[in-house]
Amino acid sequence: MNTNKIDHIIALSNDLRWQIGDEFHDNLAEGIYADAAEIVKGAVRKKDEKGTFRIDAKIDKIITSKVWGFPLMFVILAVVLWMTIVGANYPSAMLSGLLLDTIHPALKGFASNIGMPWWLDGFLIDGVYLAVAWVIAVMLPPMAIFFPLFTLLEDFGYLPRVAFNLDHLFKLSGAHGKQALTMSMGFGCNAAGIVATRIIDSPRERLIAIITNNFSLCNGRWPTQILIATIFVGALVPATYSGIMSLAAVIGIAVLGMVFMFLVSWGLSKTVLKGEVSTFNLELPPYRPPRFWKTIYTSIIDRTLIVLWRAIVFAAPAGAVIWLISNIYLGDDSIAAWLIDSLDGFGFLLGLNGVILVAYIVAIPANEIVIPTILMLTVLVTGISAGEGAGVMFELDSVTATGDILRAGGWTLLTAINLMLFSLLHNPCSTTIYTIYKETKSVKWTTVASVLPVILGFVVTFLVAQIWRLLA
Amino acid sequence: MEVKPKSACETCAQFNADGLKKLGVNTSDFDYVVALAGNPNTGKSTVFNAMTGLRQHTGNWPGKTVTRAEGAFEYNKEKFKLVDLPGTYSLLSTSEDEEVARNFILFGKPSVTVIVVDASRLERNLNLVLQILEITNNAVLCLNLMDEAERNNLEIDTRTLAKDLGIPVVPTSARYNRGIPELIQTISELANGKIVCKPHRIKNIPKNIEQALEKLSVEIKEVYPDIPNSRWIALRLLEGDRNIFETLKTGEFV
Repeated sequence: MNTNKIDHIIALSNDLRWQIGDEFHDNLAEGIYADAAEIVKGAVRKKDEKGTFRIDAKIDKIITSKVWGFPLMFVILAVVLWMTIVGANYPSAMLSGLLLDTIHPALKGFASNIGMPWWLDGFLIDGVYLAVAWVIAVMLPPMAIFFPLFTLLEDFGYLPRVAFNLDHLFKLSGAHGKQALTMSMGFGCNAAGIVATRIIDSPRERLIAIITNNFSLCNGRWPTQILIATIFVGALVPATYSGIMSLAAVIGIAVLGMVFMFLVSWGLSKTVLKGEVSTFNLELPPYRPPRFWKTIYTSIIDRTLIVLWRAIVFAAPAGAVIWLISNIYLGDDSIAAWLIDSLDGFGFLLGLNGVILVAYIVAIPANEIVIPTILMLTVLVTGISAGEGAGVMFELDSVTATGDILRAGGWTLLTAINLMLFSLLHNPCSTTIYTIYKETKSVKWTTVASVLPVILGFVVTFLVAQIWRLLA
Repeated sequence: MEVKPKSACETCAQFNADGLKKLGVNTSDFDYVVALAGNPNTGKSTVFNAMTGLRQHTGNWPGKTVTRAEGAFEYNKEKFKLVDLPGTYSLLSTSEDEEVARNFILFGKPSVTVIVVDASRLERNLNLVLQILEITNNAVLCLNLMDEAERNNLEIDTRTLAKDLGIPVVPTSARYNRGIPELIQTISELANGKIVCKPHRIKNIPKNIEQALEKLSVEIKEVYPDIPNSRWIALRLLEGDRNIFETLKTGEFV
């Protein structure tokens, strides 16, 4: 009986909808606003017309202006990076002194005292422990500076203004303006950026945002960029300017990433993900003075430690794998040497080498361990005695010593530049890949998002290498 | 003989805040469900954190909460589960984030809905408030960001506002923990039925729509006599919301 009644209600509602006509939605909205206006009139009083709204508007006029908007964005990015690079040096040196120079020998001594077998000692202390120690020493300080600075900007209300500035470019590339927000989150962590794409309603534009988020240099890749830029690019100019030169190189890569984001978004929206650009309202919230200490505290506890923990969880097994492939022999060569050898030819074509490619395979779980893996494998191949022995992941104290090892491994300026490019353009880390799958629930799009950047990376490094060699 | 309270303190919200225990993510065995709704960037997540002791990520940009976050607190020996909904400007359109919020308020049957608004942008925020009041009878207005309204020289008469809306109004500055004890006290009184709301119903609706709503509403009440929000269901029917067609058949919202 009820079913009949309900069918009747639905039929009635369909009839009534016809009678009321098209203006239903607008009339209803007008009605609600009229009610709201009456209520506010009775309850809210403005004491005088001058207020901070005007100051907000004045600030907005500058940071979202056509002339100053973009330069200011780059200045702010540069200041944040500068503070991260310079500020992280000292705590990094202290931590590596403690974890690598003091505790590591102590552990080794302890292991030999209790008569631990060499392979267990090597596996645990040189493999797992060193990997974890390196990640803490090198990653913790920059993250503890970068994340709070970023969170302060976020609390202040700068992010929506960035979205406002970039909206035009995203629209031109057929993507959603809110992608600027998810892109910014990606500068911290791509997995976080991909979760944030849920703010984009249209499935088409959301997919574009997911696939291209990897072009935001993430926290795991900033240290690689900074280190390689300092060693090879900074050294091109006199020492006084080397800091600025390396900073410029790193920002150049970050901006190039954004360029790729626009190009790939445009390409996708013109081919497989065709469709209209949807419009949306972006509210520019009032500027709110951040609660400084609270922000520092929560961003260190919530963001920094969580990301660090993830890095440790992935670095420990990776350290073990590196130690194993360097110490297990197939015939005369270790597995690592054999892999490097077979990838060297392909690496040369890309202006890279076999060591770098093997390192990127080992480092799929976490981008953070690329550089220590490269160093360790380079030592293994060149046979120079700077490290701790076969398959030991380490970080040299001085940047110069790191540079010496890499040069001994045959690195040139081309290798360095192509490594920076490849670090920008390669597959996302395994956490990000898993997040993409969880968000899209599609093997197809997860594969596209994972493989597309690598292909781009191959093409770009190949072209750069060929042109470079032609001109050199 | 009349039993007098031992001191004035016992009726005071701050004193009772002693009975507050922040339970974090432990949301098992709760007595009441409380929904947290509101426009984007009005500080819902900050209110959520202040009540549960959790540290949901907060930031000054709209659309930051994309998932439904859940937390809990205990107040005077009763457990409340708190659900932080994504921010929305309205419940009338078909976009997906609005659906999450709308479905939870309609079908999640929260005991209390806390509507968080930006005190300095009240008029714009009321659009959503008035829509929510069509759906639920048990709501409290959390007039957040009072510090900003004060800086902008706005004076808000909370008593008139509460009378007009027909629900309790609590001014807060969640960032500084101001007003949170009073908010919790009000939530608890609403859940226990100590405060009964007479929510405002939208008045300025054109006659022809009003008549259509009335017709449908009567028919809906015939099938589901206990339904508190027949007018809202009627509205959605006129809108042609397919979800409502389905749920009307299953009777999920009763």
